[in-house]
Amino acid sequence: MDTSLSWIKAYVPDLDCSAQEYTDAMTLSGTKVEGFKEFDKNLDKIVVGKINKIEKHPNANKLVVCQVQIDEEGTQVQIVTGATNVKEGQNIPVVLDGGRVAGSHKDGESEKGYKIKKGKLRGVESCGMMCSIEELGSNSNMYPDADPDGIYILSDNPEYANAKIGSDAVELLGLHDIVFEYEVTSNRVDCFGVLGIAREAAATFGKKFVPPVITETGNDEDVNDYITIDVKNPDLCPRYTARVVKNIKLAPSPEWMQRRLASVGIRPINNIVDITNYVMEEYAQPMHAYDLDTIEDRKIVVRKAKAGEKFTTLDGQERELDDTMLMICDGKKAIGLAGIMGGENSMITDNVTTMLFEAATFDGTNIRLSGKKLGMRTDAQAKFEKGLDPNNALEAMNRACQLVEELGAGEVVGGVADFYPIKKEPVNIPYDTAKINALLGTDISEEEMIKYFETIDLIVDQDKKIVTVPTWRQDLERMADLAEEVARFYGYDKIPVTLPKSSATTGGLSEKLRCEKAVRTVVEGYGFCEGMTFSFESPKVYDKLCLEENDILRKSIRINNPLGEDYSVMRTSALGGMLSSLSTNYNRRNKNVRLYELANIYIPKQLPMEELPDERMQLALGMYGEGDFFTMKGVVEDVLNKLGLKERAEYRADAGKSYFHPGRQADVIYKDKCIAFLGEVHPVVQKNFEIGEKTYIAVIDIKIALSMAGSYTKYQGVPKFPAITRDISLSMKKEVTAGEIEEVIRQAGGKLLESYELFDIYEGSQLLKGYKSLAYKIVFRAQDRTLTDGDAGQIMDKIISSLAKKEVVLRQ
Amino acid sequence: MKKGKDDMENKLKKILENAMAQIELSEQLDKLGDIKVSFLGKKGELTSLLKSMKEIAPEDRPKAGQMVNEARAKIEETLTTKRKEFEQAMLEEKLASEKIDVTLPGKKLAEGHRHPNTITLEEVEDIFIGMGYKVVEGPEIEKDYYNFEALNIPDNHPAKDEQDTFYITKDILLRTQTSSVQVHEMEKGKLPIRMIAPGRVFRSDEVDATHSPTFHQIEGLVIDKGITFADLKGTLQEFAKRLFGEDTKVKFRPHHFQFTEPSAEMDVSCFKCGGKGCRFCKGSGWVEILGCGMVHPHVLEMSGINPEEYTGFAFGVGLERIALFKYEIDDMRLLYENDTRFLKQF
Repeated sequence: MDTSLSWIKAYVPDLDCSAQEYTDAMTLSGTKVEGFKEFDKNLDKIVVGKINKIEKHPNANKLVVCQVQIDEEGTQVQIVTGATNVKEGQNIPVVLDGGRVAGSHKDGESEKGYKIKKGKLRGVESCGMMCSIEELGSNSNMYPDADPDGIYILSDNPEYANAKIGSDAVELLGLHDIVFEYEVTSNRVDCFGVLGIAREAAATFGKKFVPPVITETGNDEDVNDYITIDVKNPDLCPRYTARVVKNIKLAPSPEWMQRRLASVGIRPINNIVDITNYVMEEYAQPMHAYDLDTIEDRKIVVRKAKAGEKFTTLDGQERELDDTMLMICDGKKAIGLAGIMGGENSMITDNVTTMLFEAATFDGTNIRLSGKKLGMRTDAQAKFEKGLDPNNALEAMNRACQLVEELGAGEVVGGVADFYPIKKEPVNIPYDTAKINALLGTDISEEEMIKYFETIDLIVDQDKKIVTVPTWRQDLERMADLAEEVARFYGYDKIPVTLPKSSATTGGLSEKLRCEKAVRTVVEGYGFCEGMTFSFESPKVYDKLCLEENDILRKSIRINNPLGEDYSVMRTSALGGMLSSLSTNYNRRNKNVRLYELANIYIPKQLPMEELPDERMQLALGMYGEGDFFTMKGVVEDVLNKLGLKERAEYRADAGKSYFHPGRQADVIYKDKCIAFLGEVHPVVQKNFEIGEKTYIAVIDIKIALSMAGSYTKYQGVPKFPAITRDISLSMKKEVTAGEIEEVIRQAGGKLLESYELFDIYEGSQLLKGYKSLAYKIVFRAQDRTLTDGDAGQIMDKIISSLAKKEVVLRQ
Repeated sequence: MKKGKDDMENKLKKILENAMAQIELSEQLDKLGDIKVSFLGKKGELTSLLKSMKEIAPEDRPKAGQMVNEARAKIEETLTTKRKEFEQAMLEEKLASEKIDVTLPGKKLAEGHRHPNTITLEEVEDIFIGMGYKVVEGPEIEKDYYNFEALNIPDNHPAKDEQDTFYITKDILLRTQTSSVQVHEMEKGKLPIRMIAPGRVFRSDEVDATHSPTFHQIEGLVIDKGITFADLKGTLQEFAKRLFGEDTKVKFRPHHFQFTEPSAEMDVSCFKCGGKGCRFCKGSGWVEILGCGMVHPHVLEMSGINPEEYTGFAFGVGLERIALFKYEIDDMRLLYENDTRFLKQF
């Protein structure tokens, strides 16, 4: 929403402030000004001049030398120009020596403008410059009387013909003005019109608000003899008003109207079009004009379209409609798409003699959905979508007819055809000064509050403690809304600054968030950097991960309206994001990359979805470069330990994950549940993600881990008696795993076994082919006595004999 | 006749001079050992002299013994002094040879780094935890009711359209705001409430330098008896000062949100330029940081809280907005690329 300052001042005549003051004050009272533009920022020393004499340039065919009068006393300057549209006796805008213009004819507006100094053109002195509309910072769309290819000939426009020579041409052209751009919130429908903003400005600055006075218009005929209105869907069209104008005389609208429209970027066309646009801007009520002679049966019917009905809008496009869309029709055919765009078949042309003005209100949601389905978004639609005040429609209609009469654009037929079955009444809201103060934390008197209510035209009944809200403020419904009005005009900045005095509460992270924080610290210690990826991804990821057709990970939740296929399914695993991130790093030649992500995955309980899915937090770790499977395994072990999972986890090799190397992967089983998995990425998958180095991934399910996390650490006591250590070196077939050996050590070791540690692995020429050797350091200790060699020997014998059953023997 | 003590004295004197000279001339530490053996050892010169004591007249013996002992002490003392000199010299030589170039680079463990979003979030969490706020979470895939209806945004309300929502089904969507967590918290019925709810939210925006279809918000909610708009101002001012520095100024502007009334947006003075105006604040000196307001009475009612008895305030902060601003990151896409050259800077 834009307004010019001069337009606001038309309704707040006493307003006197700079652009910056206006911006700041309006923003603080709730009408946010996003920015402003001063049209005369780069215009200086520009006057109305008169060309007294034109001579040929002695040295140039394409230039002429003009003697230009620049004041009433007859002072003349010599100006050389290449313009071809100048004639002796014309009035033109002239920038004097040392002045400034906003742009150039060729390149249009420039940020800093151009300074004009006197100089010689092909040997002839030139002092100043005659200006085109582009040089004044605008264009011939906004100034239709300006020659698009030459100097702006002011004397061709009857309204400017009598301008005094030497007077301020910037003033004459209405360019001493500022346009403000506002961010209007969706609840303030009234502020999508200049009048609404002006009312706010008056209240903000404590000045008088002077809206237009609408006088009665029309001849002694009755419009109801011209037209009847039949609304079939009053729920979608609560009000429809129509008036008729005959004997139309199309002409340009007056400069004041053209300038106000141009200031907000609306191109002046002719008096009738300009009036409908002007009233739409002023009242925020879109209007439409139909050529009455195209309306058959002298009848307006508002009805829903038939499914598949075709209609050509006035932009020449044929549109296919469905049966939810509201149409404006005559007795025989459709003539407009309600609230969005009129039809080509009924539009105003240069031959129009009689027209029908429409000012209606439509259901905002219906208009919005229709526009969306048709892929249309017009200015009118944008306003209707917000849900307009039906009482405003007739005001706007009468304002338009008043302007028709004022501008002499035609003869207004008396009366109004008005369909308005359920009148919208003002709302009464009780107010309670104490409660408002209690909500705001202020101590504002009742008188002051009433003053604020009245500045925005709310009607106060002090005896009944009731505020009556005019229907244009449909955002005010209850006392909290009144509190905001008080706060706005009292000033948010004046409201005190306190801290809640209320009950003490204990703050803190949830257990889950505390664990996540602990996990971050552990993995960062191992050199992993935290990454973040999107929660949705492409289903193509499943193929890149070489997942089987029926893999559970393929059962993902699809977004109904995704941004595209690449973002269309909610991730069921953190692998795709992690591998893509590693790939990005690999492509950018980053070495030794280690990343982690705490990523939610979304597992549907059923498809299609009926209830919310299972959201599970996963810790995903990924790396390439230094390190191997066991580096990753060490990190996993440490994370689990930190999470309080202090018992022994089992690493099962037969995890069967298609994206991992078949011989280098493991599921981590803790108390019979798969709590994590890790592995070396399968070479095919690695290639699919364009990573050229061995890559390792681990995923820990934080949700399961948390459910099994141990309680607080309990002090175990420092051992009082010495330990006995034994080393053994074992020889076995290659297929035997360390896990199996260790299982035997634990079983046979019994209570006195304190710890064991694998310290050497050997495969090679000193062993039989197909055999390997593992060497363990085994520690025994008793809590209540010093162990003897005999104790240790007994247990070692037991271990060795148990191992022998598995064909594991002491290495000779 | 027994040999006189004078003869002994001469010998002793010679031995002593000889020893002194040898010690003085010695160049290595181990030489001192040899010298010690040759004079004081079992077969050493001084020991031999002592053995010849019996040849001295008995009345002279004590005197002679004393002289020998003095000579021994003298030699030992000199040897010790010399040894210390050698040791000192060797130590100095060793230290000199061990001199390092302290300008060579330090050795670091390749430690990992937290994401700038997380660092920023943890700062925010710490501030509010200190003020007695719980940190809670809610689902990212959410029911329409919690994301919209219970927040006073009924079906077909324009505010619902403005949010560019991703839908899964008609009633299930990707939450567009962490405000949904407010409702879950209020429904638990445990008052008073002081909570913040950080989390992921989703809006159908194409990826560019300032937009991402996935981003994060931190929602705040306080509900108790007697909570005022002044409390909201005070709390958020405190937050801004703790996060951006004690000199930070705040400005509250009226705004509109469906679930708060009165509503406001809070600007903070640009901490890059101190409010003078720079490219970060686009010359205005202020940066818009969050939306807030008093919880709408209808929202309280819908969650079963009596607005006549309880009031509250709520606020929502864009996490990325703060992180980008704080670290002067000019392209939001960097946050989701996970290039380690970026991540290692934090």
